[in-house]
Amino acid sequence: MIETSVTIVILLMLGAVTIGIVRVRGLFAAVVLLGIYSFLMATLFIVLDAVDVAMTEAAVGAGVSTVFFLGALYLTDTVEAPPVHGQFMPLVVALVTAGALVWGLSDLPEFGSPNQPIHQQGADYLARSMTDTGIPNVVTSVLASYRGFDTLGETTVVFTAGIGVLVLLRRRRNGKEGS
Amino acid sequence: MIAAALFAVLAAMALVLVRALRGPTTFDRLLAANSIGNGAILVLALFGFLTDRPEFLDLGLTYALLNYVGIFAVLKFFRLGSLGAEAEADKS
Repeated sequence: MIETSVTIVILLMLGAVTIGIVRVRGLFAAVVLLGIYSFLMATLFIVLDAVDVAMTEAAVGAGVSTVFFLGALYLTDTVEAPPVHGQFMPLVVALVTAGALVWGLSDLPEFGSPNQPIHQQGADYLARSMTDTGIPNVVTSVLASYRGFDTLGETTVVFTAGIGVLVLLRRRRNGKEGS
Repeated sequence: MIAAALFAVLAAMALVLVRALRGPTTFDRLLAANSIGNGAILVLALFGFLTDRPEFLDLGLTYALLNYVGIFAVLKFFRLGSLGAEAEADKS
């Protein structure tokens, strides 16, 4: 009961902050509001009993992102340029994306239901991983065999991010040599 | 009792949020952001005691450190106009 009402209160505050972020014109104020958003989000995650996610949200969203945004503000400008194109098309894209996400949500199993796939399959990994995969370490067998494609996707993302950072650093150094 | 305190803190956060959204100057927003960070820590602690898991207090400490780093970076940005890279470059 208390949990539900706290969740609703925080969700309302999140909605207000989101509208504020969209409406505010000064980019510096937007950065501050984004930090507030992250702290509220982390609190919401804790109320929903996802402490590890809350920790990540607070560290990345409120901590590092604020510093990165400030660095970006220093390199660019603190005032938002007036929009060049109309605002109709971005609105349509955002609405379609939101609709697709809500539609996808309807396919999720019910919260706390015992019929979730996670409770029906995979609970016996300890017993069958050795005969299935032949890997003695169960964690490794889950990561590299049962969820192999998942891990491949994650590795691709990290690899892409690493290449992006390398390219950026390389360009910076070349520019300095040229000047 | 703890539930009442929890809702009081939430109400305080909502009031501070109004200042963050309407605040005429950036410093209003900044102070509001810091206060909301503190409110989040309080909610974390109170909710931990409410659900009989006071271990959440450790997380609160980490939140306080993060809040400090964020505000410190923002204030440094204000004072120097940058994150301090230029000042270090001048020294070397």
